[in-house]
Amino acid sequence: MAIKKFAVATYLDEEVLFPAVKKVRRSGYKLHDVYTPFAVHGLDVAIGHKETDLHIAGFIYGLCGTSTAVGFISWIYTSDWPQNYGGKPHFALPAWIPITFELTVLFAAVGMVLTFCYLNQIMPGVKKHVFHPRQSDDTFVVALELNSKSSEEEAIAFLKSTGATETSIQIAESSWWYGRWDKKEAYETMTHI
Amino acid sequence: MNDRFVIPGRLKNMSRAFISIGLLTLIMGIVFFLTKNSDLDKTRFWAVLLQDSVFFTMITAVSIFIQAAANLAHGSWIVAYRRVPEAIGANVWVFGTIASVILLLIVFVFRVGPEHVNPIYEWVTPGNDKILNGKVAFLNQGMYLGFTLVTVALWSFFGRKFRSMSIAQQSAPKNDTKIFWKVFRLSGLFLLVYALTQMSTAPWLWIMSIQAHWYSTLFSWYTFASSFVSGMSLILLWVVYLKNQGNLELVTKEHMHDLGKFMFAFSIFWTYLWFSQYMLIWYANIPDETVYFKLRQQGPYSIIFYSNFIINFFMPILILMARPSKRNYFTVTFMAMIIIFGHWLDFYQMIMPGPLGSNWQIGFYEIGIFIGFAGVLIYCVSKTLAKTNLIPENNLLLKETMIHIS
Repeated sequence: MAIKKFAVATYLDEEVLFPAVKKVRRSGYKLHDVYTPFAVHGLDVAIGHKETDLHIAGFIYGLCGTSTAVGFISWIYTSDWPQNYGGKPHFALPAWIPITFELTVLFAAVGMVLTFCYLNQIMPGVKKHVFHPRQSDDTFVVALELNSKSSEEEAIAFLKSTGATETSIQIAESSWWYGRWDKKEAYETMTHI
Repeated sequence: MNDRFVIPGRLKNMSRAFISIGLLTLIMGIVFFLTKNSDLDKTRFWAVLLQDSVFFTMITAVSIFIQAAANLAHGSWIVAYRRVPEAIGANVWVFGTIASVILLLIVFVFRVGPEHVNPIYEWVTPGNDKILNGKVAFLNQGMYLGFTLVTVALWSFFGRKFRSMSIAQQSAPKNDTKIFWKVFRLSGLFLLVYALTQMSTAPWLWIMSIQAHWYSTLFSWYTFASSFVSGMSLILLWVVYLKNQGNLELVTKEHMHDLGKFMFAFSIFWTYLWFSQYMLIWYANIPDETVYFKLRQQGPYSIIFYSNFIINFFMPILILMARPSKRNYFTVTFMAMIIIFGHWLDFYQMIMPGPLGSNWQIGFYEIGIFIGFAGVLIYCVSKTLAKTNLIPENNLLLKETMIHIS
Protein backbone atom coordinates (compact mmCIF):
# COMPACT_ATOMS: atom_id res chain seq x y z
CA MET A 1 0.00 0.00 0.00
CA ALA A 2 2.91 2.25 0.42
CA ILE A 3 6.10 2.71 -1.49
CA LYS A 4 8.97 3.03 0.95
CA LYS A 5 12.71 3.31 1.11
CA PHE A 6 14.62 0.41 2.63
CA ALA A 7 18.19 -0.13 3.73
CA VAL A 8 18.94 -3.79 3.07
CA ALA A 9 21.80 -5.88 4.42
CA THR A 10 22.68 -9.52 3.84
CA TYR A 11 24.43 -11.89 6.21
CA LEU A 12 25.92 -15.27 5.51
CA ASP A 13 25.66 -16.79 8.96
CA GLU A 14 22.93 -16.89 11.57
CA GLU A 15 25.53 -16.41 14.26
CA VAL A 16 26.21 -12.95 12.78
CA LEU A 17 22.53 -12.37 12.13
CA PHE A 18 21.37 -12.68 15.74
CA PRO A 19 23.64 -9.99 17.23
CA ALA A 20 22.92 -7.83 14.19
CA VAL A 21 19.17 -8.04 14.75
CA LYS A 22 19.65 -7.22 18.42
CA LYS A 23 21.78 -4.17 17.49
CA VAL A 24 19.15 -3.02 14.99
CA ARG A 25 16.42 -3.18 17.58
CA ARG A 26 18.55 -1.26 20.07
CA SER A 27 19.60 1.36 17.48
CA GLY A 28 16.15 2.80 16.94
CA TYR A 29 15.91 1.98 13.25
CA LYS A 30 12.58 0.54 12.21
CA LEU A 31 13.05 -3.13 11.38
CA HIS A 32 10.88 -4.01 8.40
CA ASP A 33 11.50 -7.76 8.40
CA VAL A 34 14.15 -10.45 8.39
CA TYR A 35 14.20 -13.06 5.61
CA THR A 36 15.90 -16.39 6.16
CA PRO A 37 16.34 -19.43 3.91
CA PHE A 38 15.14 -21.73 6.72
CA ALA A 39 13.26 -21.45 10.00
CA VAL A 40 15.64 -20.04 12.61
CA HIS A 41 14.66 -20.93 16.17
CA GLY A 42 14.41 -17.99 18.48
CA LEU A 43 14.51 -15.38 15.72
CA ASP A 44 10.85 -14.46 16.30
CA VAL A 45 11.72 -13.61 19.88
CA ALA A 46 14.81 -11.65 18.79
CA ILE A 47 12.74 -9.63 16.30
CA GLY A 48 10.22 -8.91 19.03
CA HIS A 49 7.20 -10.69 17.61
CA LYS A 50 4.40 -11.21 20.07
CA GLU A 51 2.76 -14.61 20.60
CA THR A 52 0.29 -15.05 17.77
CA ASP A 53 -3.47 -14.78 18.31
CA LEU A 54 -4.13 -17.17 15.45
CA HIS A 55 -5.41 -19.86 17.80
CA ILE A 56 -8.08 -17.54 19.21
CA ALA A 57 -9.24 -16.93 15.65
CA GLY A 58 -9.23 -20.71 15.19
CA PHE A 59 -11.46 -21.16 18.25
CA ILE A 60 -13.94 -18.62 16.90
CA TYR A 61 -13.96 -20.28 13.46
CA GLY A 62 -14.57 -23.61 15.19
CA LEU A 63 -17.54 -22.19 17.07
CA CYS A 64 -18.90 -20.86 13.78
CA GLY A 65 -18.57 -24.34 12.30
CA THR A 66 -20.34 -25.96 15.27
CA SER A 67 -23.23 -23.55 15.18
CA THR A 68 -23.54 -23.73 11.39
CA ALA A 69 -23.71 -27.51 11.49
CA VAL A 70 -26.14 -27.80 14.41
CA GLY A 71 -28.29 -24.93 13.17
CA PHE A 72 -28.50 -26.13 9.59
CA ILE A 73 -29.07 -29.82 10.33
CA SER A 74 -31.63 -29.12 13.01
CA TRP A 75 -33.49 -26.74 10.71
CA ILE A 76 -33.61 -29.37 7.96
CA TYR A 77 -34.62 -32.29 10.15
CA THR A 78 -37.06 -30.58 12.47
CA SER A 79 -38.84 -27.95 10.37
CA ASP A 80 -37.87 -27.98 6.71
CA TRP A 81 -38.06 -31.69 5.85
CA PRO A 82 -38.77 -33.86 8.89
CA GLN A 83 -38.59 -37.56 8.18
CA ASN A 84 -38.89 -40.73 10.20
CA TYR A 85 -35.63 -42.66 10.28
CA GLY A 86 -36.20 -45.92 12.11
CA GLY A 87 -38.36 -44.28 14.75
CA LYS A 88 -35.63 -41.90 15.82
CA PRO A 89 -36.65 -38.50 17.18
CA HIS A 90 -36.50 -35.63 14.70
CA PHE A 91 -34.03 -33.82 16.89
CA ALA A 92 -31.50 -36.69 16.84
CA LEU A 93 -28.47 -34.94 18.28
CA PRO A 94 -26.14 -37.98 18.70
CA ALA A 95 -26.42 -38.79 15.01
CA TRP A 96 -25.41 -35.26 14.09
CA ILE A 97 -22.32 -35.10 16.27
CA PRO A 98 -19.96 -36.58 13.62
CA ILE A 99 -21.06 -34.02 11.02
CA THR A 100 -20.86 -31.25 13.60
CA PHE A 101 -17.37 -32.32 14.50
CA GLU A 102 -16.26 -32.45 10.87
CA LEU A 103 -17.67 -29.02 10.13
CA THR A 104 -16.02 -27.59 13.25
CA VAL A 105 -12.67 -28.93 12.10
CA LEU A 106 -13.22 -27.78 8.52
CA PHE A 107 -14.18 -24.24 9.49
CA ALA A 108 -11.33 -23.97 11.98
CA ALA A 109 -8.75 -25.35 9.55
CA VAL A 110 -9.74 -23.39 6.47
CA GLY A 111 -10.30 -20.22 8.46
CA MET A 112 -6.94 -20.50 10.16
CA VAL A 113 -5.11 -21.15 6.87
CA LEU A 114 -6.70 -18.10 5.26
CA THR A 115 -6.01 -15.96 8.33
CA PHE A 116 -2.43 -17.20 8.37
CA CYS A 117 -2.05 -16.25 4.70
CA TYR A 118 -3.51 -12.83 5.37
CA LEU A 119 -1.30 -12.16 8.36
CA ASN A 120 1.81 -13.20 6.46
CA GLN A 121 0.64 -11.59 3.21
CA ILE A 122 1.02 -14.71 1.12
CA MET A 123 -1.57 -15.97 -1.33
CA PRO A 124 -1.55 -17.47 -4.80
CA GLY A 125 -1.52 -14.67 -7.36
CA VAL A 126 -0.16 -11.95 -5.15
CA LYS A 127 3.33 -10.57 -5.22
CA LYS A 128 5.68 -9.18 -2.60
CA HIS A 129 8.92 -7.37 -3.18
CA VAL A 130 11.98 -9.63 -2.97
CA PHE A 131 14.82 -7.79 -1.34
CA HIS A 132 17.51 -10.21 -2.39
CA PRO A 133 17.29 -13.12 -4.85
CA ARG A 134 19.26 -15.36 -2.50
CA GLN A 135 17.02 -14.80 0.53
CA SER A 136 15.35 -18.14 -0.06
CA ASP A 137 18.62 -19.85 -0.93
CA ASP A 138 21.54 -19.32 1.43
CA THR A 139 21.48 -15.71 2.59
CA PHE A 140 19.91 -13.98 5.58
CA VAL A 141 18.42 -10.60 4.68
CA VAL A 142 17.60 -7.74 7.04
CA ALA A 143 15.52 -4.84 5.75
CA LEU A 144 15.27 -1.55 7.61
CA GLU A 145 12.57 0.98 6.84
CA LEU A 146 13.93 4.51 6.26
CA ASN A 147 11.90 7.70 6.45
CA SER A 148 12.51 11.02 4.77
CA LYS A 149 14.68 12.26 7.62
CA SER A 150 17.05 9.34 7.95
CA SER A 151 20.42 9.44 6.26
CA GLU A 152 21.11 6.63 3.82
CA GLU A 153 24.86 6.72 4.41
CA GLU A 154 24.48 6.45 8.18
CA ALA A 155 22.09 3.53 7.87
CA ILE A 156 24.42 1.70 5.51
CA ALA A 157 27.42 2.41 7.71
CA PHE A 158 25.50 1.11 10.69
CA LEU A 159 24.52 -2.07 8.85
CA LYS A 160 28.12 -2.62 7.74
CA SER A 161 29.26 -2.27 11.34
CA THR A 162 27.00 -5.19 12.28
CA GLY A 163 28.81 -7.51 9.91
CA ALA A 164 26.75 -7.25 6.72
CA THR A 165 28.34 -8.64 3.58
CA GLU A 166 26.26 -6.77 1.01
CA THR A 167 24.23 -3.59 1.49
CA SER A 168 21.86 -1.63 -0.69
CA ILE A 169 19.20 1.07 -0.66
CA GLN A 170 15.95 -0.04 -2.27
CA ILE A 171 12.71 1.74 -3.06
CA ALA A 172 9.87 -0.74 -3.17
CA GLU A 173 6.31 -1.54 -2.23
CA SER A 174 6.18 -2.63 1.42
CA SER A 175 3.12 -4.90 1.34
CA TRP A 176 1.53 -7.32 -1.12
CA TRP A 177 -0.20 -6.54 -4.41
CA TYR A 178 -1.61 -8.35 -7.44
CA GLY A 179 1.23 -8.57 -9.85
CA ARG A 180 3.51 -10.72 -11.96
CA TRP A 181 6.82 -12.11 -10.80
CA ASP A 182 8.49 -11.66 -14.19
CA LYS A 183 7.61 -7.96 -14.42
CA LYS A 184 9.52 -5.24 -12.60
CA GLU A 185 7.39 -2.36 -11.37
CA ALA A 186 8.32 1.13 -12.57
CA TYR A 187 9.03 2.55 -9.10
CA GLU A 188 11.37 -0.24 -7.98
CA THR A 189 14.98 0.90 -7.69
CA MET A 190 18.04 -0.65 -6.13
CA THR A 191 21.35 1.09 -5.39
CA HIS A 192 24.26 -0.92 -4.09
CA ILE A 193 26.35 0.99 -1.63
CA MET B 1 23.36 -33.11 41.40
CA ASN B 2 21.53 -34.31 44.41
CA ASP B 3 17.87 -33.68 45.05
CA ARG B 4 16.46 -35.42 48.08
CA PHE B 5 12.83 -35.41 49.08
CA VAL B 6 12.33 -35.31 52.83
CA ILE B 7 8.75 -36.22 53.70
CA PRO B 8 7.30 -33.20 55.50
CA GLY B 9 5.57 -33.92 58.80
CA ARG B 10 2.34 -32.47 57.49
CA LEU B 11 2.21 -34.92 54.58
CA LYS B 12 3.01 -37.83 56.89
CA ASN B 13 0.25 -36.83 59.29
CA MET B 14 -2.16 -36.22 56.46
CA SER B 15 -1.60 -39.63 54.90
CA ARG B 16 -1.95 -41.29 58.31
CA ALA B 17 -5.15 -39.36 58.98
CA PHE B 18 -6.50 -40.37 55.56
CA ILE B 19 -5.66 -44.02 56.18
CA SER B 20 -7.33 -43.84 59.59
CA ILE B 21 -10.44 -42.31 58.02
CA GLY B 22 -10.45 -45.11 55.47
CA LEU B 23 -10.03 -47.83 58.09
CA LEU B 24 -12.69 -46.25 60.28
CA THR B 25 -15.06 -46.12 57.33
CA LEU B 26 -14.28 -49.74 56.55
CA ILE B 27 -15.08 -50.76 60.14
CA MET B 28 -18.24 -48.68 60.07
CA GLY B 29 -19.11 -50.30 56.76
CA ILE B 30 -18.66 -53.75 58.29
CA VAL B 31 -20.83 -52.77 61.26
CA PHE B 32 -23.53 -50.92 59.34
CA PHE B 33 -23.67 -52.81 56.07
CA LEU B 34 -21.98 -56.19 56.14
CA THR B 35 -23.46 -57.54 59.36
CA LYS B 36 -26.94 -56.31 58.51
CA ASN B 37 -29.44 -58.61 56.96
CA SER B 38 -30.10 -56.41 53.98
CA ASP B 39 -28.68 -57.77 50.72
CA LEU B 40 -28.50 -54.28 49.31
CA ASP B 41 -26.28 -52.98 52.10
CA LYS B 42 -23.93 -55.93 51.76
CA THR B 43 -23.73 -55.39 48.01
CA ARG B 44 -23.01 -51.72 48.52
CA PHE B 45 -20.21 -52.60 50.94
CA TRP B 46 -18.44 -54.80 48.40
CA ALA B 47 -19.23 -52.79 45.29
CA VAL B 48 -17.67 -49.62 46.69
CA LEU B 49 -14.55 -51.51 47.71
CA LEU B 50 -14.40 -52.99 44.22
CA GLN B 51 -14.79 -49.61 42.56
CA ASP B 52 -12.09 -47.87 44.59
CA SER B 53 -9.56 -50.67 44.54
CA VAL B 54 -9.88 -51.21 40.81
CA PHE B 55 -9.80 -47.47 40.16
CA PHE B 56 -6.63 -46.98 42.17
CA THR B 57 -4.93 -50.02 40.70
CA MET B 58 -5.65 -48.84 37.19
CA ILE B 59 -4.63 -45.22 37.65
CA THR B 60 -1.36 -46.19 39.31
CA ALA B 61 -0.61 -48.78 36.61
CA VAL B 62 -0.80 -45.94 34.09
CA SER B 63 2.52 -44.71 35.48
CA ILE B 64 4.19 -47.90 34.31
CA PHE B 65 2.59 -47.54 30.91
CA ILE B 66 3.72 -43.96 30.41
CA GLN B 67 7.28 -44.91 31.41
CA ALA B 68 7.27 -47.77 28.92
CA ALA B 69 5.86 -45.59 26.16
CA ALA B 70 8.40 -42.85 26.84
CA ASN B 71 11.26 -45.36 26.98
CA LEU B 72 10.29 -46.82 23.64
CA ALA B 73 9.97 -43.41 22.01
CA HIS B 74 13.18 -42.16 23.67
CA GLY B 75 11.04 -39.43 25.15
CA SER B 76 13.08 -36.98 27.12
CA TRP B 77 10.19 -34.84 28.32
CA ILE B 78 9.47 -37.27 31.14
CA VAL B 79 13.03 -37.70 32.36
CA ALA B 80 13.10 -34.56 34.53
CA TYR B 81 10.40 -35.99 36.79
CA ARG B 82 10.58 -39.67 35.96
CA ARG B 83 11.11 -40.57 39.62
CA VAL B 84 7.44 -39.68 40.16
CA PRO B 85 5.91 -42.21 37.75
CA GLU B 86 8.55 -44.67 38.89
CA ALA B 87 7.52 -44.25 42.52
CA ILE B 88 3.83 -44.55 41.66
CA GLY B 89 4.47 -47.54 39.42
CA ALA B 90 6.56 -49.27 42.07
CA ASN B 91 3.55 -49.16 44.39
CA VAL B 92 1.09 -50.78 42.03
CA TRP B 93 1.61 -54.01 43.95
CA VAL B 94 0.00 -52.43 47.04
CA PHE B 95 -3.22 -51.55 45.24
CA GLY B 96 -3.03 -54.67 43.11
CA THR B 97 -2.89 -56.85 46.21
CA ILE B 98 -5.76 -55.01 47.88
CA ALA B 99 -7.79 -55.19 44.69
CA SER B 100 -7.18 -58.87 44.08
CA VAL B 101 -8.10 -59.73 47.68
CA ILE B 102 -11.34 -57.77 47.35
CA LEU B 103 -12.15 -59.11 43.89
CA LEU B 104 -11.48 -62.70 44.82
CA LEU B 105 -13.47 -62.37 48.05
CA ILE B 106 -16.38 -61.05 46.00
CA VAL B 107 -16.15 -63.83 43.44
CA PHE B 108 -15.48 -66.74 45.81
CA VAL B 109 -17.06 -65.80 49.13
CA PHE B 110 -19.72 -63.15 48.70
CA ARG B 111 -23.17 -64.70 48.29
CA VAL B 112 -26.62 -63.48 49.32
CA GLY B 113 -30.11 -64.83 49.54
CA PRO B 114 -31.44 -68.30 49.95
CA GLU B 115 -30.18 -69.28 46.50
CA HIS B 116 -26.65 -68.11 47.23
CA VAL B 117 -26.34 -65.86 44.21
CA ASN B 118 -23.63 -63.28 43.71
CA PRO B 119 -25.34 -59.89 43.35
CA ILE B 120 -22.28 -58.24 41.79
CA TYR B 121 -21.09 -60.90 39.37
CA GLU B 122 -24.18 -62.79 38.33
CA TRP B 123 -22.17 -65.08 36.03
CA VAL B 124 -20.78 -66.82 39.13
CA THR B 125 -24.04 -68.76 39.36
CA PRO B 126 -25.36 -68.81 35.79
CA GLY B 127 -28.17 -71.25 36.46
CA ASN B 128 -30.30 -71.77 33.37
CA ASP B 129 -29.48 -68.42 31.82
CA LYS B 130 -28.73 -69.09 28.16
CA ILE B 131 -26.52 -66.06 27.56
CA LEU B 132 -24.46 -66.60 30.72
CA ASN B 133 -24.05 -70.29 29.95
CA GLY B 134 -22.80 -69.32 26.51
CA LYS B 135 -20.08 -67.21 28.06
CA VAL B 136 -19.09 -69.70 30.73
CA ALA B 137 -15.90 -70.69 28.92
CA PHE B 138 -14.48 -67.24 29.65
CA LEU B 139 -16.59 -65.99 32.53
CA ASN B 140 -15.92 -68.50 35.24
CA GLN B 141 -14.22 -68.40 38.61
CA GLY B 142 -11.06 -70.15 37.46
CA MET B 143 -10.48 -67.72 34.60
CA TYR B 144 -11.21 -64.81 36.90
CA LEU B 145 -8.73 -66.03 39.47
CA GLY B 146 -6.05 -66.70 36.87
CA PHE B 147 -6.40 -63.44 34.97
CA THR B 148 -6.57 -61.35 38.13
CA LEU B 149 -3.49 -62.88 39.70
CA VAL B 150 -1.46 -62.80 36.47
CA THR B 151 -2.45 -59.20 35.74
CA VAL B 152 -1.58 -57.96 39.21
CA ALA B 153 1.63 -59.96 39.32
CA LEU B 154 2.83 -58.66 35.96
CA TRP B 155 1.98 -55.05 36.73
CA SER B 156 3.69 -55.27 40.11
CA PHE B 157 6.77 -56.88 38.59
CA PHE B 158 7.19 -54.35 35.79
CA GLY B 159 6.46 -51.41 38.07
CA ARG B 160 9.21 -52.39 40.47
CA LYS B 161 11.58 -53.50 37.72
CA PHE B 162 11.48 -50.20 35.83
CA ARG B 163 12.27 -48.31 39.01
CA SER B 164 15.11 -50.57 40.10
CA MET B 165 16.68 -50.43 36.64
CA SER B 166 16.43 -46.67 36.53
CA ILE B 167 18.18 -46.53 39.88
CA ALA B 168 20.81 -48.99 38.68
CA GLN B 169 21.55 -46.59 35.84
CA GLN B 170 22.55 -44.03 38.46
CA SER B 171 25.52 -46.06 39.60
CA ALA B 172 26.40 -47.40 36.15
CA PRO B 173 29.48 -46.05 34.35
CA LYS B 174 28.92 -42.75 32.58
CA ASN B 175 27.27 -43.02 29.13
CA ASP B 176 26.81 -46.75 29.58
CA THR B 177 23.99 -47.86 27.27
CA LYS B 178 23.58 -51.42 28.52
CA ILE B 179 20.73 -50.71 30.94
CA PHE B 180 19.16 -48.24 28.53
CA TRP B 181 18.64 -50.90 25.88
CA LYS B 182 17.57 -53.49 28.43
CA VAL B 183 14.86 -51.12 29.65
CA PHE B 184 13.97 -50.45 26.02
CA ARG B 185 13.32 -54.14 25.36
CA LEU B 186 11.42 -54.60 28.62
CA SER B 187 9.26 -51.58 27.75
CA GLY B 188 8.20 -53.22 24.53
CA LEU B 189 7.33 -56.34 26.45
CA PHE B 190 5.34 -54.37 28.97
CA LEU B 191 3.28 -52.67 26.28
CA LEU B 192 2.29 -56.12 25.09
CA VAL B 193 1.36 -57.13 28.63
CA TYR B 194 -0.55 -53.92 29.13
CA ALA B 195 -2.43 -54.33 25.87
CA LEU B 196 -3.51 -57.81 26.90
CA THR B 197 -4.52 -56.74 30.42
CA GLN B 198 -5.61 -53.14 30.87
CA MET B 199 -6.66 -52.67 27.26
CA SER B 200 -8.64 -55.90 27.06
CA THR B 201 -9.06 -58.59 29.69
CA ALA B 202 -8.85 -56.74 32.99
CA PRO B 203 -11.76 -54.34 32.37
CA TRP B 204 -13.80 -57.17 30.83
CA LEU B 205 -13.49 -59.32 33.90
CA TRP B 206 -13.38 -56.76 36.66
CA ILE B 207 -15.95 -54.24 35.43
CA MET B 208 -17.80 -55.23 32.28
CA SER B 209 -18.80 -58.66 33.58
CA ILE B 210 -20.87 -56.94 36.29
CA GLN B 211 -23.55 -56.66 33.66
CA ALA B 212 -22.65 -59.94 32.03
CA HIS B 213 -25.55 -59.94 29.58
CA TRP B 214 -24.30 -56.76 28.03
CA TYR B 215 -21.04 -56.23 26.25
CA SER B 216 -19.24 -53.56 24.30
CA THR B 217 -16.14 -54.11 22.21
CA LEU B 218 -15.00 -50.60 23.09
CA PHE B 219 -15.29 -51.01 26.81
CA SER B 220 -11.65 -51.75 27.65
CA TRP B 221 -10.38 -48.85 25.58
CA TYR B 222 -12.87 -46.66 27.29
CA THR B 223 -11.71 -47.81 30.71
CA PHE B 224 -8.11 -47.37 29.64
CA ALA B 225 -8.75 -43.80 28.48
CA SER B 226 -10.49 -43.06 31.73
CA SER B 227 -7.65 -44.39 33.85
CA PHE B 228 -4.95 -42.92 31.61
CA VAL B 229 -6.14 -39.36 31.91
CA SER B 230 -6.56 -39.65 35.67
CA GLY B 231 -3.18 -41.38 35.96
CA MET B 232 -1.50 -38.48 34.17
CA SER B 233 -3.32 -36.08 36.48
CA LEU B 234 -2.01 -38.03 39.44
CA ILE B 235 1.56 -37.70 38.16
CA LEU B 236 0.99 -33.99 37.64
CA LEU B 237 -0.27 -33.54 41.19
CA TRP B 238 2.86 -35.17 42.58
CA VAL B 239 5.12 -33.10 40.34
CA VAL B 240 3.42 -29.88 41.45
CA TYR B 241 3.65 -30.95 45.07
CA LEU B 242 7.36 -31.72 44.79
CA LYS B 243 7.96 -28.42 43.00
CA ASN B 244 6.23 -26.65 45.87
CA GLN B 245 8.55 -28.40 48.29
CA GLY B 246 11.54 -27.01 46.40
CA ASN B 247 12.47 -30.29 44.71
CA LEU B 248 12.62 -31.15 41.01
CA GLU B 249 14.41 -28.00 39.92
CA LEU B 250 14.85 -29.41 36.41
CA VAL B 251 11.11 -29.37 35.86
CA THR B 252 10.13 -26.19 34.05
CA LYS B 253 6.91 -24.81 32.66
CA GLU B 254 7.67 -26.69 29.45
CA HIS B 255 7.32 -30.02 31.25
CA MET B 256 4.14 -28.87 32.97
CA HIS B 257 2.82 -27.81 29.59
CA ASP B 258 3.42 -31.33 28.27
CA LEU B 259 1.60 -32.92 31.19
CA GLY B 260 -1.24 -30.45 30.71
CA LYS B 261 -1.40 -31.42 27.05
CA PHE B 262 -1.75 -35.05 28.03
CA MET B 263 -4.60 -34.21 30.39
CA PHE B 264 -6.29 -32.13 27.70
CA ALA B 265 -5.76 -34.48 24.79
CA PHE B 266 -6.75 -37.63 26.60
CA SER B 267 -9.87 -35.99 28.02
CA ILE B 268 -10.89 -35.50 24.41
CA PHE B 269 -9.84 -39.06 23.62
CA TRP B 270 -12.00 -40.31 26.50
CA THR B 271 -14.93 -38.34 25.13
CA TYR B 272 -14.34 -39.77 21.70
CA LEU B 273 -14.58 -43.33 23.05
CA TRP B 274 -17.47 -42.44 25.34
CA PHE B 275 -19.37 -41.04 22.41
CA SER B 276 -18.46 -43.84 20.00
CA GLN B 277 -19.81 -46.39 22.44
CA TYR B 278 -22.90 -44.35 23.13
CA MET B 279 -23.76 -43.40 19.58
CA LEU B 280 -23.48 -46.89 18.10
CA ILE B 281 -25.75 -48.29 20.77
CA TRP B 282 -28.17 -45.38 20.45
CA TYR B 283 -28.29 -45.71 16.69
CA ALA B 284 -28.76 -49.47 16.52
CA ASN B 285 -31.36 -49.28 19.30
CA ILE B 286 -31.23 -52.99 20.09
CA PRO B 287 -32.73 -53.74 23.53
CA ASP B 288 -29.85 -56.07 24.46
CA GLU B 289 -27.46 -53.16 24.13
CA THR B 290 -29.54 -50.18 25.18
CA VAL B 291 -30.22 -51.76 28.56
CA TYR B 292 -26.84 -50.41 29.65
CA PHE B 293 -27.74 -46.80 28.91
CA LYS B 294 -31.39 -47.13 29.87
CA LEU B 295 -30.40 -47.30 33.53
CA ARG B 296 -27.68 -44.73 33.26
CA GLN B 297 -29.09 -42.05 31.04
CA GLN B 298 -32.82 -42.17 31.63
CA GLY B 299 -32.89 -44.05 34.88
CA PRO B 300 -31.79 -43.15 38.38
CA TYR B 301 -28.20 -42.49 37.35
CA SER B 302 -28.92 -39.68 34.91
CA ILE B 303 -27.44 -37.04 37.18
CA ILE B 304 -24.16 -38.95 37.38
CA PHE B 305 -24.29 -39.70 33.66
CA TYR B 306 -24.58 -36.05 32.68
CA SER B 307 -22.24 -34.64 35.30
CA ASN B 308 -19.71 -37.26 34.22
CA PHE B 309 -19.85 -35.83 30.70
CA ILE B 310 -19.70 -32.21 31.83
CA ILE B 311 -16.81 -32.73 34.26
CA ASN B 312 -14.75 -34.93 31.99
CA PHE B 313 -15.36 -33.20 28.68
CA PHE B 314 -16.60 -29.63 28.90
CA MET B 315 -14.40 -28.59 31.78
CA PRO B 316 -11.11 -29.87 30.34
CA ILE B 317 -11.82 -28.66 26.81
CA LEU B 318 -12.82 -25.18 27.88
CA ILE B 319 -10.32 -24.67 30.68
CA LEU B 320 -7.27 -26.48 29.35
CA MET B 321 -7.50 -25.44 25.71
CA ALA B 322 -5.57 -22.20 25.96
CA ARG B 323 -1.80 -22.36 26.15
CA PRO B 324 -1.40 -20.12 29.23
CA SER B 325 -3.77 -22.27 31.29
CA LYS B 326 -1.61 -25.36 30.69
CA ARG B 327 1.42 -23.43 31.91
CA ASN B 328 -0.26 -22.12 35.03
CA TYR B 329 0.34 -24.20 38.13
CA PHE B 330 -3.00 -23.34 39.69
CA THR B 331 -5.17 -24.27 36.70
CA VAL B 332 -3.40 -27.55 36.01
CA THR B 333 -3.55 -28.58 39.67
CA PHE B 334 -7.21 -27.67 39.89
CA MET B 335 -8.02 -29.51 36.68
CA ALA B 336 -6.01 -32.56 37.75
CA MET B 337 -8.13 -32.85 40.90
CA ILE B 338 -11.32 -32.32 38.91
CA ILE B 339 -10.31 -34.96 36.37
CA ILE B 340 -9.45 -37.54 39.05
CA PHE B 341 -12.78 -36.91 40.73
CA GLY B 342 -14.61 -37.00 37.40
CA HIS B 343 -13.16 -40.34 36.42
CA TRP B 344 -13.81 -41.75 39.86
CA LEU B 345 -17.42 -40.82 39.14
CA ASP B 346 -17.06 -42.46 35.72
CA PHE B 347 -15.96 -45.70 37.39
CA TYR B 348 -18.85 -45.32 39.81
CA GLN B 349 -21.38 -45.21 36.99
CA MET B 350 -19.67 -48.13 35.24
CA ILE B 351 -19.94 -50.35 38.29
CA MET B 352 -22.90 -49.41 40.47
CA PRO B 353 -25.98 -49.69 38.20
CA GLY B 354 -25.48 -53.44 37.89
CA PRO B 355 -25.45 -54.48 41.54
CA LEU B 356 -27.32 -51.60 43.17
CA GLY B 357 -29.95 -50.69 40.60
CA SER B 358 -31.82 -47.58 41.57
CA ASN B 359 -30.70 -47.68 45.20
CA TRP B 360 -27.43 -45.88 44.81
CA GLN B 361 -26.19 -43.16 47.07
CA ILE B 362 -22.89 -41.40 47.57
CA GLY B 363 -22.60 -41.09 51.30
CA PHE B 364 -19.96 -41.24 54.02
CA TYR B 365 -18.98 -44.75 52.99
CA GLU B 366 -18.11 -44.01 49.34
CA ILE B 367 -16.17 -40.88 50.25
CA GLY B 368 -14.45 -42.43 53.27
CA ILE B 369 -13.18 -45.41 51.32
CA PHE B 370 -11.89 -43.11 48.57
CA ILE B 371 -10.04 -41.02 51.16
CA GLY B 372 -8.59 -44.18 52.65
CA PHE B 373 -7.17 -45.29 49.31
CA ALA B 374 -5.83 -41.80 48.66
CA GLY B 375 -4.11 -41.98 52.04
CA VAL B 376 -2.47 -45.29 51.15
CA LEU B 377 -1.32 -43.77 47.87
CA ILE B 378 0.18 -40.68 49.50
CA TYR B 379 1.85 -42.75 52.22
CA CYS B 380 3.42 -45.32 49.90
CA VAL B 381 4.47 -42.98 47.10
CA SER B 382 6.02 -40.38 49.40
CA LYS B 383 7.95 -43.13 51.15
CA THR B 384 9.26 -44.46 47.84
CA LEU B 385 10.10 -40.97 46.59
CA ALA B 386 12.17 -40.23 49.70
CA LYS B 387 14.41 -43.23 49.10
CA THR B 388 16.45 -41.97 46.13
CA ASN B 389 17.85 -38.97 44.39
CA LEU B 390 14.99 -37.29 42.55
CA ILE B 391 17.23 -36.33 39.63
CA PRO B 392 17.90 -39.41 37.51
CA GLU B 393 21.64 -38.91 37.34
CA ASN B 394 23.50 -40.62 34.52
CA ASN B 395 20.29 -41.00 32.56
CA LEU B 396 21.25 -40.72 28.92
CA LEU B 397 18.49 -38.26 28.16
CA LEU B 398 19.15 -35.92 31.09
CA LYS B 399 20.70 -33.20 28.96
CA GLU B 400 17.80 -33.35 26.55
CA THR B 401 15.23 -32.98 29.27
CA MET B 402 17.00 -29.90 30.63
CA ILE B 403 16.67 -28.07 27.32
CA HIS B 404 13.25 -29.48 26.57
CA ILE B 405 10.82 -27.09 24.90
CA SER B 406 7.27 -28.28 24.60
